[in-house]
Amino acid sequence: MSQRVKIAIKDFNFHYESVQALRNINLDIPPKQIFAVFGPARSGKTTLLKSLNRLTDLIFGSGHTGTISLDGMDIYDPKVDLIELRRRIGMLFDLPTPLPMSIFDNVAYGLKLSGKNKKYLNERVEKALKSAVLWEEVKDRLHASALRLSGGQQQRLCMARILTLEPEVLLLDEPCSGLDPISTASIEETLNQLKKEYTIVIVPHNIQQASRVADHAGFFLNGELIEEGPAYQIFTRPKNKQTEDYLTGRFG
Amino acid sequence: MAALSTIAVMILILFQILREGLPVLHLNFFFDSPREMGREGGILSTIIGTMALTIVAVIFATPLGVGTAIFLREYTRESRIGRMIRFGTDCLAGVPSIIFGLFGFVFFVIRLNMGWSILSGGLTMAAMILPTVISTAEESIKAVPYSYREVSYSLGGTKWQTVTRAVLPSALPGILTGILLSVGRSIGETAAVILTAGSSLVMPTSLFSPIRTMSVHFYILAREGISMKMAYGTGAALILLVLIINMLAHWMINQYIRHRA
Repeated sequence: MSQRVKIAIKDFNFHYESVQALRNINLDIPPKQIFAVFGPARSGKTTLLKSLNRLTDLIFGSGHTGTISLDGMDIYDPKVDLIELRRRIGMLFDLPTPLPMSIFDNVAYGLKLSGKNKKYLNERVEKALKSAVLWEEVKDRLHASALRLSGGQQQRLCMARILTLEPEVLLLDEPCSGLDPISTASIEETLNQLKKEYTIVIVPHNIQQASRVADHAGFFLNGELIEEGPAYQIFTRPKNKQTEDYLTGRFG
Repeated sequence: MAALSTIAVMILILFQILREGLPVLHLNFFFDSPREMGREGGILSTIIGTMALTIVAVIFATPLGVGTAIFLREYTRESRIGRMIRFGTDCLAGVPSIIFGLFGFVFFVIRLNMGWSILSGGLTMAAMILPTVISTAEESIKAVPYSYREVSYSLGGTKWQTVTRAVLPSALPGILTGILLSVGRSIGETAAVILTAGSSLVMPTSLFSPIRTMSVHFYILAREGISMKMAYGTGAALILLVLIINMLAHWMINQYIRHRA
């Protein structure tokens, strides 16, 4: 398997009960880089992300055609272990989603699902909190409720929760949408650290963020992939008229 | 105005019963068994009977009701079987309690030969409170944010793990409140209880012993003119019991919520 492609999306269509959300998507996502999926609202960005870890399976009446493969393995193959797949692909949502339990229990949630022993949990939780740059702020109150953390801290907590599982891919759906500029900067800094080890697919909060963090980018409009390529090229010299119009703010 | 009159009626009832009943409440009233049909002595056996019956009802209705709610909410969406179950529980909720009593009498007491007993009565009460438990549990499960489920699944949770670890803990206060409402109904029920658990004043010794609950005791004392004084005493004790159960449960629920928030 070539290491040039981590996720390969081929002729992929997705529909909700009555709405076509993605049309004929063909896209290769390279490993250990940040790929930004951007475009106006309702262009299919979140659907694309949720198709990658099959969270879309939960939606009643939805369906797809085409294939998505992770390291060459078709993720929609009936033989695929869905639990294993989701552990390999972590997802961070647009709003912080701490569960109503302690900081420790939140971070250890994924590990506890597969029944790991206490000492192992402690080590992994500490390591994950350090990677998400949250450890110093919470190390003295790991057993306090996660709901008492600030928005930025909660989002980093959610990041740590994903990192405990040591996934290969991170899906980030507008991870900074509820955050102030300082928290946003610290999340972006974290992303730059993380891309050394992880393949990251991000729906950026805005175009400025996309151009700050992304290595590659794809522009989506009405469920179609309009243009994709290296970020510097897309953001400075887009080839497609619609991409250019969107980037220059003619619509959006 | 409407709210005021509601409160006025409540205060009037409470005042009347407590004024007549409280003077009867001595320690002996709680810790003596009834003598001479309840004219003398206390009400210990009826307190035990009430609690035993309620506990049996809750033990049977809770797993069944919460299980049904989980099934309806998390395992089927708008399926045919889901609609059938919902229709069934709605019907069950509209059935008058005396019909449950009749059913319990015919089925548990006679058909299954359990006689007038705590078990027959408890099972009948379980059937009676089941719709309340199901609908309150379903509502509170529905109120759990969808994001909790997404988080749990996205971290590799199975459906069962997601339900037990992410959904149920958040729904628990609502579920408990529903059970509490049901306990109130079950404690207050008389007709169905007389038909299925009997009205014996003898201290129960097993699940198959017949009993008399406090409500039934109250009813018989008053209806047969045995002793209005003791009837009011029983009524006051009943109100206190319900009050204590409610306060205790709310305190527990609040502790639980505070612990998590």
